[in-house]
Amino acid sequence: MLIFDKVCKRYPDTGDVLLDVSFELHQGEMAFLTGHSGAGKSTLLKLIAIIERCTRGQIFLNGHNLHHIEERYIPFVRRKLGLIFQDYKLLTDRTVFDNVALPLVISGYGHQEIGRRVRASLDKVGLLTKEKKYPLALSAGEQQRIGIARAVINKPTLILADEPTGSLDPELSSEVMILFEQFQQVGVTVLIATHDINLITRMDYRVLSLQNGSLISGGIA
Amino acid sequence: MTRQNKRIQKLNTIEKKQSTTPRVKKVSDNIFEKFRAYLELHAQALFSSLGKLLKTPLTSVMTIMVLAISIALASSFYLLLNNAEQLTGKLEASNQISLFLKSNVSDLDGLKLADKIKQFAEIKMVDLITKDSALAEFRDYSGFGSALNALESNPLPTVIQVIPKNSLERSEDILQLVADLERLKEVDIAQMDMQWVYKLQSMMNLAEQGVILLSIILSFAVVFIMGNTIRLELEDRRDEVLIAKLVGATHAFIQRPFLYTGFWFGFFAGVMAWLIVMVMMLILKSPMERLSELYDHNYEVLFLNFSESLILLLISSSLGVLGSWGVLHYQLKQMKLE
Repeated sequence: MLIFDKVCKRYPDTGDVLLDVSFELHQGEMAFLTGHSGAGKSTLLKLIAIIERCTRGQIFLNGHNLHHIEERYIPFVRRKLGLIFQDYKLLTDRTVFDNVALPLVISGYGHQEIGRRVRASLDKVGLLTKEKKYPLALSAGEQQRIGIARAVINKPTLILADEPTGSLDPELSSEVMILFEQFQQVGVTVLIATHDINLITRMDYRVLSLQNGSLISGGIA
Repeated sequence: MTRQNKRIQKLNTIEKKQSTTPRVKKVSDNIFEKFRAYLELHAQALFSSLGKLLKTPLTSVMTIMVLAISIALASSFYLLLNNAEQLTGKLEASNQISLFLKSNVSDLDGLKLADKIKQFAEIKMVDLITKDSALAEFRDYSGFGSALNALESNPLPTVIQVIPKNSLERSEDILQLVADLERLKEVDIAQMDMQWVYKLQSMMNLAEQGVILLSIILSFAVVFIMGNTIRLELEDRRDEVLIAKLVGATHAFIQRPFLYTGFWFGFFAGVMAWLIVMVMMLILKSPMERLSELYDHNYEVLFLNFSESLILLLISSSLGVLGSWGVLHYQLKQMKLE
């Protein structure tokens, strides 16, 4: 479902960030993307969400070559992805409910459908009782779970998480990881960028390792 | 890797056959449900942008006042011009020409000339005023009756009053006619009685064009002020915009609340401008009415009527939206996700 074919990304000022990266993720697969800071993990995720475009090579997502996606269709690609960030990227002046509902509001759902799905999603991450609270009133782990609830509400086929446990202690981290495993078990593909070696070794999943922009292991499934 | 290469080749050929746009899954099978959700979005944007405006009353009021003053300036010029046109409009009808014949031309010769002039294509009516009737008229109206009795002979010339056809509305044509008539050998002076009306009318035309130009410039001011206000607002809500973009918001979705903000600013500025103009006209009402008395009460002070007020609101709201749209169109493309 996700294919990288000899993908290169070069920035004018920092040079090559990704070099000939090739790999393939299958539907329902869960994988870690690891490497030191600046190895290109975030850049790789940005290419999938078309926040950046690759300089060379091809990326296929659900059979679509991302290179051919016009600018105005990018939002529709993003709606099929679940993006999760280290800093959660929540709207602090909106309630938990409104934060989670945002992707559905954007996609033009009616409010009944929104209410139903937001509550289902919040229930999934165990925050159903906090829907009227504001994000800053919640703990770090809870905020990340709101981020996850928002990411999965559009029923994405691929979840991309960039250092999702970066701001969480080990206990909260494993809670979040259990959530990811649950999504993977229902057929969602999950790609998690992290440099948390403990986390990776504790969980037995495929690991894609980046070093100075090259994929040094895990490239072949 | 060779297996993967084969798959990529296959995908590429499939891709070429497919349209390059990702298929967007139907949000709802029920088109009404979707339409209702869309209307809900608009209503939500309309009211939430109003709410945001009210949250920062001082800033909003100041911006609205700046916009309102620009709009009020343009509309009060328009209104003053309208009032002035009402005055000159009444004077328009008369474009009579008086031909003062040379003093040695007798009334009889004058009558012959009048008949000749009557044959001209451009002439509608000719009226002869004999020396005697002119003297009688002068005696009645001037109040110099007794003094005139002292004169031995009648010093007044024979006068032919000529009214050109209405088709001669262009002042150049009338001037041409006056020149032609003056060339007749019996004619001493050909005078356009209402030449000053034409001067006034061309001045009014100039003023009208001036007001149009000024209004255009002031509209630009409104658009730029609005644009800058929205730019600051966008900067203020940068995080929100970026997050919305990340979860798949289109530019149309992101723009919507800002466009409504522009609409509200323009709308309130229009209402404020209307009030300013009305207050100005109320202050000017009594001096204008005094002027009206001098014009035999034929003159009525004009305010903005209902449709003009509506147009004022429409224009100010549109300028608000236009200014916002211009900035959004440019700024949203500049805003890059990190």
